[in-house]
Amino acid sequence: MSRPRPKYLNLFQIRLPVPGLVSILHRMSGAVLFLLLPSLLVLFELSLESAQTFARFKAIFSHWAIKLMVIGVVWAYLHHLCAGIRHLALDLDYGTELATARASSWAVLALSVVLTLVVIAMIW
Amino acid sequence: MVKREIVGAHYGLRDWLAQRVTAVIMAVYTVLILSAVAGLPQMDYRHWKVLWQTPLVRYASILFMVSLLLHAWIGVRNILMDYVKDPALRLTLYVLVIGALLGYAAWSVQILWGN
Repeated sequence: MSRPRPKYLNLFQIRLPVPGLVSILHRMSGAVLFLLLPSLLVLFELSLESAQTFARFKAIFSHWAIKLMVIGVVWAYLHHLCAGIRHLALDLDYGTELATARASSWAVLALSVVLTLVVIAMIW
Repeated sequence: MVKREIVGAHYGLRDWLAQRVTAVIMAVYTVLILSAVAGLPQMDYRHWKVLWQTPLVRYASILFMVSLLLHAWIGVRNILMDYVKDPALRLTLYVLVIGALLGYAAWSVQILWGN
């Protein structure tokens, strides 16, 4: 036991198992949604204030960079939602075996991307 | 010998439950509001405005916002607990987050009822 302590972990060398990836993405998407909340409220307010601001809202929304940002938010929301539903199932003791937990993690990743693609098809 | 039980601050279970109840409220709201928006005959200002002025939508949206703010508080607090080790800085960030969330709550009421 002569290995140097404390041992620091290099985050870039860790290969997370899929449930770990879903877990950290759940945390990151939640943080992103929290940070973007004021921007979303600004857009929402703009859309409701008057017919003029609604037109401005539509103009802002039609810009490709804003659309990309909105798609990012939509993905974060959908991933957070799907991972959250998986979490509730785990709380109720459904899908706690390793194989099932891995499969449901893949399902969360896939489903949130597929739903985001549906939204892209609708708003682009 | 004094028998001492190791117990926490007792907010763990309450927050754990609150996080899940608010999550379910938001998930249900998301599905309902998306169907309502998808059901609009036309996406113009008049229809959009009427939708958000409907009392049921207003109150459901406020319920959603309250759930979101509570949910966000518990989540952000847990993140700060994990990564910010300096107590003074962590406390400052807590205060900023709570202030921001309360501001968003007032702002949402103003958006939904003010216009």
